[in-house]
Amino acid sequence: MIVYGVALFSACLLIGLIAGDALGALIGVKANVGGVGISMLLLIVLAERFKNELNLESASGRGIGFWSAMYIPVVVAMAAQQNVLAAVSSGAVAILAGSGAVILSFALIPLINKMNKKS
Amino acid sequence: MDNFLEISGQVFAKNGLITAFTLVGLIICLSYYLSNRFTKGRLHGSAIAISIGLLLAYLGGVKTGGQKGLADIPLFAGIGLMGGSMLINLAIVSTAFGAGLDEFRKSGLAGILSLSLGVPISFVVGALIAFSFGYSDPVDITTIGAGAVTYIVGPVTGIALGANSEIITLSIAAGLVKAILVMLSTPLIAPYIGLNNPQTAIIFGGMMGTNSGVAAGLGAVDPKLVPYGAMPATFYTGLGCLVAPSVFFLIVKWLML
Repeated sequence: MIVYGVALFSACLLIGLIAGDALGALIGVKANVGGVGISMLLLIVLAERFKNELNLESASGRGIGFWSAMYIPVVVAMAAQQNVLAAVSSGAVAILAGSGAVILSFALIPLINKMNKKS
Repeated sequence: MDNFLEISGQVFAKNGLITAFTLVGLIICLSYYLSNRFTKGRLHGSAIAISIGLLLAYLGGVKTGGQKGLADIPLFAGIGLMGGSMLINLAIVSTAFGAGLDEFRKSGLAGILSLSLGVPISFVVGALIAFSFGYSDPVDITTIGAGAVTYIVGPVTGIALGANSEIITLSIAAGLVKAILVMLSTPLIAPYIGLNNPQTAIIFGGMMGTNSGVAAGLGAVDPKLVPYGAMPATFYTGLGCLVAPSVFFLIVKWLML
């Protein structure tokens, strides 16, 4: 059933978020540490373990597939509620700090990629 | 007629999430039309849709003076639910369905390396900009540097160090600039840095780290790459919150003596 897939990956998200909050509390950080990442790992492991029940053709799989197809629309809604006004009208320090970080990070990606391929 | 508009408005406001689905569908439809008609599909429809979303967020901010873009207009409050952290997290996790565990095994080290480079690099850029604009208090410099990591690391650091609210606002703004710029620029820069495979996506996620930026930026390049970039990015903010108010602050304090 479609709802099984939806329930399963919703449960993965809840477990991951709990683990992420617990991990944050453990190292004394007021943030969720890796919650979504842990949820994704859980889902990947479950999908590999139960290949027959959980694939894109199965009903459960289609329940998850629907939400991955809704990914871009959800992201567009996320973009539409960003505080763009604060970013645009923030002044030189914030704009230079934020954009400088992005430019340098982009520039270093090919370099790390090369190191990764060598090793 | 006025009555009809009033009734429609009430229905839209009462059914916020449904209104959001309809509006986002229209935005995406328009975006794909623009993409095919004017760029022959070279600039992807989803990249245009995200840009239109950001533009609407700006207009929403100008109209209401609020912090949640279009979602602050009551008629479009459902956008806040549809694009809020709950459904974004759910959608990100769903993209992991069909992702290969092997790719993560192969590039785990590169992910950790890019994470441990990405956080300090963004911090140093932010801190240097703050310093060059005349900030000399280590608390201020560290908080602004932390803002360049992500807009969550900034205020967490600022509050931990007791920075004043003006500096904390500035650090949030720096993080917002970063997130929005990543959203807009990733589809344009992707071809030049070879961002078209899982390994590079993992490195990208670890270097940029800003969750919303990575989620939208990679989504506009290829939704199949999202889980690979999102994985290291979910550790980025946590790592930043750990090191910025502690190790980084001590280093800045020592340098400013």
